[in-house]
Amino acid sequence: MAAVQFTLNGKQQTVDAVPAMPLLWVLRDSLGMTGTKYGCGMALCGACTVHINGQPMRSCSTPLSSVAGKHVTTIEGLSPDGNHPVQRAWVEEDVPQCGYCQSGQIMTAAALLAKTSAPTDADIDEAMRNNICRCGAYQSIRKAVHLAAQLQAGGKQ
Amino acid sequence: MSPVMRLDRRGFLKSAAGGLLLGFQLSRGSKPLAAAVSDNKLNAWVHVGTDDYVTLFIHKAEMGQGTVTSLSMLLAEELECDWSKIRTEFPGIDRAFGGNQGVVGSQSIRSSWQPLRQAGATAREMLIQAAAQKWSVDKSQCRAENNAVINTASNARFSYGDLAEDAAKVAPPTGVALKDPSQFRIIGKPRKRLDTPAKTTGRATFGIDVRLPNMLFAAAARCPVFGGKVGSFDAAKAKAMPGVKHVVQISSGVAVIADNTWNAIQARNALAIQWDEGAHANLSSAGIRKEWVELADQPGAVARQAGDAAVALAGAVKKIDAVYEAPYMAHAPMEPLNCTADVRADSCEVWASTQGQSAALQEAVRVTGLRPDQVKIHTEFMGGGFGRRARADYIGEAVEASKAVGAPVQLTWAREDDMQQDWYRPASYTRFAGSLDADGWPVALTGRVICPPFGGLRNGVSSTAVEGIVDTPYAIPHVTVDYHAADPGIPVSYWRSVGYSQNTFFAESFMDELAAAGGKDPFEFRRKLLEKSPRPLAVLALAADKAGWGKPLPAGHGRGIALVNNIGSFTAEVAEVSVIKGKLKVHRVVCAVDCGHVVNPSGVEQQIQSGIVYGLSAAMKGEITIDHGRVQQSNFHQYDVLRIDEMPVVEVYLVPSQAAPGGIGEASVPPIAAAVGNAIFAATGKRVRKLPMRLEELA
Repeated sequence: MAAVQFTLNGKQQTVDAVPAMPLLWVLRDSLGMTGTKYGCGMALCGACTVHINGQPMRSCSTPLSSVAGKHVTTIEGLSPDGNHPVQRAWVEEDVPQCGYCQSGQIMTAAALLAKTSAPTDADIDEAMRNNICRCGAYQSIRKAVHLAAQLQAGGKQ
Repeated sequence: MSPVMRLDRRGFLKSAAGGLLLGFQLSRGSKPLAAAVSDNKLNAWVHVGTDDYVTLFIHKAEMGQGTVTSLSMLLAEELECDWSKIRTEFPGIDRAFGGNQGVVGSQSIRSSWQPLRQAGATAREMLIQAAAQKWSVDKSQCRAENNAVINTASNARFSYGDLAEDAAKVAPPTGVALKDPSQFRIIGKPRKRLDTPAKTTGRATFGIDVRLPNMLFAAAARCPVFGGKVGSFDAAKAKAMPGVKHVVQISSGVAVIADNTWNAIQARNALAIQWDEGAHANLSSAGIRKEWVELADQPGAVARQAGDAAVALAGAVKKIDAVYEAPYMAHAPMEPLNCTADVRADSCEVWASTQGQSAALQEAVRVTGLRPDQVKIHTEFMGGGFGRRARADYIGEAVEASKAVGAPVQLTWAREDDMQQDWYRPASYTRFAGSLDADGWPVALTGRVICPPFGGLRNGVSSTAVEGIVDTPYAIPHVTVDYHAADPGIPVSYWRSVGYSQNTFFAESFMDELAAAGGKDPFEFRRKLLEKSPRPLAVLALAADKAGWGKPLPAGHGRGIALVNNIGSFTAEVAEVSVIKGKLKVHRVVCAVDCGHVVNPSGVEQQIQSGIVYGLSAAMKGEITIDHGRVQQSNFHQYDVLRIDEMPVVEVYLVPSQAAPGGIGEASVPPIAAAVGNAIFAATGKRVRKLPMRLEELA
């Protein structure tokens, strides 16, 4: 056990846990922040995606010790009231079905838009192909990412 | 606030929810959790609050299929409530909801269409009666509109909130007339999902997200060989690992109970268990197939007999035959199986993402020995179900674990557990023969199905194993289908669209083979054979028309068509594919559906898209194989599914219909594999007869 300090959704956080414990389980089971989901435990499905220093990372395969001193953002901290352009676009396009993968989809899409403000279909494929959706909402996800880009640019209110 | 305090508070709120009266507010997620639900229930589905909010109790469960929204639409249509003032909750089990609460077989709309509109209408009449009494006028002078009752003589109005307490005292009227569909304001018009805001912010609570005070987290080891059990085990190493509180034997294996899920899984992996592997330790996919190939030469139990196919085949002008195969399939919902239970001396509470609330109750009663009224089932959002969550095995495990340690326990299956301990879609081996007359039209068709039985046997036949073959919609004079109930011992159960998931691939591919053998266009061939069946004919023609059937395509491209009539609906799909340098790409799928009266067109479109993706994953990628009695696939690297870069453009067209509603959740799964396989044939001249499709294996 070792205390690890990091910034979680803008606030200082100290967690005392096994250093190898993946960030996913720290968030979900130690801190009770359940918006980040367990899907595969092997960085294969993307359901657990969070931002670490702004990069989309698979929290299921990120040891707690590796986030020391870093900034972690989860779905709960993406926006103060669910109004990030990606979240607004997701609501507008009514993307989720079961919704379980959507925290990861949204975090991946938000990271894409942070670096590529007007992504092409090929950019979306490249960024999102490792986020599995078993409900098959892919067509809506693609539309929503394009819409989110417009919302982010302020081109559509 | 410290994380621990946050956890406690959240847990307290969840615990205080108590099941029946508090829970989710999907549409008003930013409002305080404690809804003003008190005594003002007008019936099992409807509560009107003095705050003017209407709480709708959704007795089904939500696994993505849109029931929360579509059932709310049925209630709201007659209730005349304000859509923006709706809250929804999952209630407990109640006799008012029928004997068997759950979501299977795409039944939710079909079974709710009448009773939920009736419940909405009855509640509305109670509100009108309450207003009439307040005004001392006859209720014929009052009408309900937008969450209020209006006095048509004076234009005075009472909001539903004003009437809530009085309306709850009105005796519910019986036989309230329902609207004519021409008056519908909500049903039939696209409506956004009520659960979307909660599902885009991380606030939606799935089963795996339930947190209770003092809750422990568990993982279990189960025998890797089906039917095996624990011989002996040594828990010393596991018990010494961080966070481990208990190691207990349960019916299905050994459970490790710890302070978090990760610690539980790590310690589970460290258990030393001697398994008694039982009778299936030498089972293999190759061995199973070998037996089935031999069985295919023996006649089976007759599943359908029309005319005399044997005689017709013997005297045929032209005859073809073919063997089709499909593998065992895992459900692989995104949310791995899990359940939370709190067993006390005289009570048991279960929080579960389940497709079978009544089955969960029975399982908890069985394990605890408590009476049903001492058990409470809390329905949580499911991260997918696809049939897997209709089983209650994972419920019983959590209940056993909680009972053993005397604390609330959340037992989570690792993805590997979920994939290797499933109740699988059965594999199938099916042999067809068909004959054509001199003009190339079919005369006789025989099918021999070898498939593990599920859902019971009747006269030696499992109806779910032969559906999609025995009920061919095409006019063929002589049809015989027989069946072998081969059962190697691998657990099998319902998998989205059940027998149709593989059988429609078989039957619709073989129809294409018959069309080709008769020198006919696959669409024209089917159209002729459906001349007397207007509903399937209409979807077939609509799909072909919208897809531009017959129009030229680039080199290497092809179109394929397929049709199904399942769950009370009719669905035709045209796939456009290319096979270039041996690589398959599905470019476009056009789907036409007649599911009778549509409640939420946008929900229907979501489900059609969803089913096509689920079916494509199975057609192109999925396969569970067995070696030494064990499933060889463990996670998504070995059981791949469709990705966004492989997603075709999907177009959905609905046939307007006033017929009774059909199902929709499983409608679009069956035809897609055949539509793609038939398109591959059109593009390459090569016939796919085995799933998953491996182009390099095609002759």
